[in-house]
Amino acid sequence: MATSYNAKEEDGHHSGASSHGAAGVVKSKKPDNTAFKQQRLPAWQPILTAGTVLPAFFVIGLIFIPIGIGLYVSSNNIKEFEIDYTGVDISNPCYSCAKNFSWNSTTPCVCSMNFTLEQPFESNVFMYYGLSNFYQNHRRYVKSRDDSQLNGDQSALKNPSKECEPYRTSDGLPIAPCGAIANSLFNDTLELYHIDSNNTRNTIPLVKKGIAWWTDKHVKFRNPGFIKLNKHLCTNKPVNWRKPVYELDPSDPDNNGFINEDFIVWMRTAALPTFRKLYRIIQKKSNTTPTLPSGKYVLEITYNYPVLSFDGRKRMILSTISWMGGKNPFLGIAYITVGSICFFLGVVLLIIHHKYDTRSNSADIPN
Amino acid sequence: MTYFMSCVTSEEERRVRANDRDYNEKFHLDFSFLLIQSNCIMTSKYNIITFLPVNLFEQFQEVANTYFLFLLILQLIPQISSLSWFTTIVPLALVLSITAVKDATDDYFRHKSDNQVNNRQSQVLIRVQWMLTLSFCIYFQADLLLLSSSEPHGLCYIETAELDGETNMKVRQSVSVTSELGDQNNLASFDGEVVCEPPNNKLDRFCGTLYWRDKKYTLTNQNMLLRGCVLRNTEACYGLVIFAGPDTKLMQNSGRTKFKRTSIDRLMNTLVLWIFGFLVCMGVILAVGNAVWEREVGSLFQSYLPWDPPVDNFLFSAFLSFWSYVIILNTVVPISLYVSVEVIRLGHSYFINWDQQMFCSQCNTAAEARTTTLNEELGQVEYIFSDKTGTLTQNIMSFNKCSINGQTYGKYTHTHTLSGRFIRLDFTPFNPLADPNFCFYDDTLLESVKVGDSHTHEFFRLLSLCHTVMRELVYKAQSPDEGALVTAARNFGFVFRSRTPGTITTTEIGRPVTYTLLAILDFNNIRKRMSVIVRNPEGRIRLYCKGADTVLLERLHPCNQELMNITSDHLNEYAADGLRTLALAYRDLSEDEWEAWSESHRCADKATNCREDRLAAAYEEIEQDMMLLGATAIEDKLQEGVPETIAVLSLANIKIWVLTGDKQETAVNIGYSCKMLTDNMTEVFIIRGHTVQSVRQDFRSVSLSAACLSFSPAAHALEADMEMEFVSTACACKAVICCRVTPLQKAQVVELIKKHKKAVTLAIGDGANDVSMIKSAHIGVGISGQEGIQAVLASDYSFSQFRFLQRLLLVHGRWSYLRMCRFLCYFFYKNFAFTMVHFWFGFFCGFSAQTVYDQYFITLYNIVYTSLPVLAMGIFDQDVPDQRSLEYPKLYEPGQLNLLFNKREFFICIAQGIYTSVVLFFVPCAVLSDATQSTGVPLADYQTFAVTTATALVIVVSVQIALDTGFWTVFNHVFVWGSLGSYFTIMFALHSQTLFKIFPNQFHFVGSAQSTLLQPVVWLTIALATAICIVPVLAFRFLKVDLKPQLSDTVRKHTQTQHFGSGREVAKKV
Repeated sequence: MATSYNAKEEDGHHSGASSHGAAGVVKSKKPDNTAFKQQRLPAWQPILTAGTVLPAFFVIGLIFIPIGIGLYVSSNNIKEFEIDYTGVDISNPCYSCAKNFSWNSTTPCVCSMNFTLEQPFESNVFMYYGLSNFYQNHRRYVKSRDDSQLNGDQSALKNPSKECEPYRTSDGLPIAPCGAIANSLFNDTLELYHIDSNNTRNTIPLVKKGIAWWTDKHVKFRNPGFIKLNKHLCTNKPVNWRKPVYELDPSDPDNNGFINEDFIVWMRTAALPTFRKLYRIIQKKSNTTPTLPSGKYVLEITYNYPVLSFDGRKRMILSTISWMGGKNPFLGIAYITVGSICFFLGVVLLIIHHKYDTRSNSADIPN
Repeated sequence: MTYFMSCVTSEEERRVRANDRDYNEKFHLDFSFLLIQSNCIMTSKYNIITFLPVNLFEQFQEVANTYFLFLLILQLIPQISSLSWFTTIVPLALVLSITAVKDATDDYFRHKSDNQVNNRQSQVLIRVQWMLTLSFCIYFQADLLLLSSSEPHGLCYIETAELDGETNMKVRQSVSVTSELGDQNNLASFDGEVVCEPPNNKLDRFCGTLYWRDKKYTLTNQNMLLRGCVLRNTEACYGLVIFAGPDTKLMQNSGRTKFKRTSIDRLMNTLVLWIFGFLVCMGVILAVGNAVWEREVGSLFQSYLPWDPPVDNFLFSAFLSFWSYVIILNTVVPISLYVSVEVIRLGHSYFINWDQQMFCSQCNTAAEARTTTLNEELGQVEYIFSDKTGTLTQNIMSFNKCSINGQTYGKYTHTHTLSGRFIRLDFTPFNPLADPNFCFYDDTLLESVKVGDSHTHEFFRLLSLCHTVMRELVYKAQSPDEGALVTAARNFGFVFRSRTPGTITTTEIGRPVTYTLLAILDFNNIRKRMSVIVRNPEGRIRLYCKGADTVLLERLHPCNQELMNITSDHLNEYAADGLRTLALAYRDLSEDEWEAWSESHRCADKATNCREDRLAAAYEEIEQDMMLLGATAIEDKLQEGVPETIAVLSLANIKIWVLTGDKQETAVNIGYSCKMLTDNMTEVFIIRGHTVQSVRQDFRSVSLSAACLSFSPAAHALEADMEMEFVSTACACKAVICCRVTPLQKAQVVELIKKHKKAVTLAIGDGANDVSMIKSAHIGVGISGQEGIQAVLASDYSFSQFRFLQRLLLVHGRWSYLRMCRFLCYFFYKNFAFTMVHFWFGFFCGFSAQTVYDQYFITLYNIVYTSLPVLAMGIFDQDVPDQRSLEYPKLYEPGQLNLLFNKREFFICIAQGIYTSVVLFFVPCAVLSDATQSTGVPLADYQTFAVTTATALVIVVSVQIALDTGFWTVFNHVFVWGSLGSYFTIMFALHSQTLFKIFPNQFHFVGSAQSTLLQPVVWLTIALATAICIVPVLAFRFLKVDLKPQLSDTVRKHTQTQHFGSGREVAKKV
């Protein structure tokens, strides 16, 4: 009811909808009744209940444990052999090479290490070199490269990126390939001989192609197109190198220059200071004989790469491979552990749930 | 947020010369100027030209933005730069532009509302630039000196509700000399000069002098028309502008506008500072590490990695490394935090604007979130300060019950009748003059009139005679109460038709009667009654009196004792219902008595000194030995749902205080009717001490459950040394009503609670008198559509019904708080999980500030890969449906106690983030270091490691957000799956050969995505890391819900089990 008193007027701000109809329909400002605007969108509202969480734990456990066991077993079936040839100890055949290393020496120092494989290595065997305490992941190291140059770009070849400093130019000429990574290319040569029962050394053929990523070999690294990689490039070799980039593998033009696979492998920098890189592949010869039968072997090293100065280590690794890669016991053990913990947690939670659960008889919500 | 232009004047006195434009201009009183500038309310900040520079300048005043600018500069130094410049500039540009767009939109709306306010109509005499002519129902735009009006004697009626909340009309009169000026030509030549006080905030005082034609005239508040008043019952009036714009008393009273920040904001700023500290600590640790490494290892490793030429020793290297780490670890202080928070709040504001259940169809007004930065504070309110008039009540009076000669009529109040069981009386067949809008539900009263019961007739006759209502039929009453009573009389057949100074003409049951009006004994707040003395056509003289029962019952003839007892009972009943009561009485006067009194009255009236007192004494003399007629009960109708709302809010542990400028009785009545005061609060304690000592005494003696603090006339209660006592006393009371408070005192009360209780306060009001309190409370709510829009303009939220407050707080506020807290927890978590991986990697890369991830991943992680799912959660999440939060008001409590996001929760999030980063770094590290691809190529290269860690991170934080999200709408699905999808899509695109061929120097990661993600070992690693990160969280959360469920968990569970049967239907319905 309105008394005759003319109650407070609006002051023009809100056009009154209640104003007596005749004056034309005032547009209603009523918000739309949509599920979105009224926050009534259909929604799934999951709740962490015993019915969902506990089975989840058991399921995780039941999935992880078998995977872990599988991983562990297949990892154990992998054969791996590792030998350190840094030459720290005086007993090490490479000791003298390591000690007497000089950047200027012209004659390479060669040393040989004997070792015995207790078990035969079946199938393809992969030969790695491993370095320790070598910081390929240091920020200044990682960025010290010019991908344009490595991709065969002419202008970058003549004028390498500033990131390459201090290995950008030498003697007024641009360095190709520039940068600290390229400069520190691992240049030991490893050769493997099998000593057979007659005490003769049989060279084991090492395949040096197929060790790099396909994209690296075919996309990322390109030789500068029409100009043959030769002296007339007007570039200088990296200061640490003994030979220029176009002589890395003169025998095979498809493995020479920037697309040399040893070089590409080195250029893919490692994540951690201890790492291994694929060096060669020893291919399976036949189904009957193992690739590397058990017995004595000789590893002959042309020792070019000094690491002792910074307390580094060099290793040679031989390994076979399964569906999940090389030997990797950690993954299997981790899966088994996590799976067991999940299962155990599931049991513990189940007990706690049954023991302490007040089973909220949903009616008694305190108000 | 409103920004009033402030104009500081430090004048001692003000001189205004009429029609002297040059002179007045120095006070900005020239009207043409005044309309454009100083009288305009300027709330907008920018225009088109100034927008970009001003906005950018403002944005870079934000510490966070400046910090990121600083980082950007650091990144340009090659020795330091550990990241490309775009990793910082892309998010910074994005953040700046989003904020700029938001500011621009806000300002656009401010421009719009400014225009609305400033275009209120008032006419200016064209030639006389500073005089205004105002017509009926117009809001004054400036403080005016009333010069003349269309009414006789320069009278002018105004309503001051916007200023003090009082709704009765007040009379203002011009100085007699100017009231004769009359028409516009005379006014145009008026050349008086006014000397008066400087601008101040005292609403009830004005002193000045008018000099005109060599004479002095004293000016008082009686001559002033203040800004915010409304002209009533007066065709037009002319005024001289004394104060304009910010100088007006209204503006001086509105308090300073402060920038409001929520407590979460403040907490967030503290936490960001802590994170800065943490960042510096990490930087220092890593720099020390760098120094050691460079000395022990790096110096030896120089044959392969020489030091940069400017870096010649390990200490300098460490110094640079510190800054490099500051750059890569800066993501712990997330640049997108502030802008995301703003976006979420904006979303919540829109939900408030869109809420149909906060839409009032009567006044066609939807709720409006005028400030978009306070939403989550709505979920933490502990104190509500409410205005009374127009906020709790509709300010519409209705004649509801009456007691006539010991018989009570009108059984039901308005609320009962809503059910429609009672039939509204139809007066038209009986009385053609009846007001069709009048509602009454008791036909016995009508019967009694029809039968011709003399008491009933006399009762309504009194109502039709004893009032100061003007005009006929369209009654213009000084107070709404009076209007209601006269209308009631009209419907029951006693129709007030017209009045002249000497007569009152009525129609009594169809028969016109003219009474000779002998005297009107005015109402005032001390007398609390009014009387008229009339001579009826038969020549009998009778005094009719109506007034407050306490006053009137004392002045009855002793023979009324029995009737008085019965009527008192009725009065108590009415009061308990929260009705406003008046008692009615009459007295027959003989000619001699009248003559004698008339003489003494004339004497008193003519007296020059103590006129008021002598008149009062004269009135007192005649208002004796009266015969009781009965009592009336008027309902100041509460707004719909007010008692229910108050009940619900109280259950939610929110304390409600009513602050009103109105008088104490009214305030207490309303307190009862809205169930704030209940019968078990046996005694309402009233503090009315007038001196400091007595107020203190009063405070000490309070031991009751409710307090009604009356502030008149002196506000000792708010003085500095009394603050503590006031706060502790008031907070001990169950209900607090402060009456007779001025607008500034309202603000003071709010400030006191803010200061001493450290609680979140909300002020709600509808009039200009509430502006200061609305501004000083943490949250100001304006009720729109009743008393103009001053309050709405100053408010942060506005809607048209008090009852919407419960939805605003318990539903929107609660959700906002919940969402904001969950958002912040997750946000800090995901950034720590992301960034701390760099820290661990530092120990393996010679502390060289090498990043773990690709730089594009770093750029996009915060703005693309993980921003939308958490935004969707922050905008859409709900733990319980809205009805439930109203059903269980206790669900509001976590917000008040600040449980969902505080320093402890923050540390838990951080710890979880760090744990995740440890897992994300060391698991791939351990697995990949020896692993090889199935082609024999080792997986331990940097790029594979980066892709594996990044993928694991994105998956882990996505699983975590999936766990955190409690309300999976289609948006959440799209954003969560979309983010994962976008991660893989973008990564494959960035690692594609096409991009590499175009920019070989920018996309080093060519081919990494395929080559890495095709390896089963990588996926096994990611799955392992995810399990290790998530399983403990899942177990912990399950235990929490299972063993110590919060109320919301229980309600949520309850809701789901209830709906279990109805399956999919639920989703639609809820």
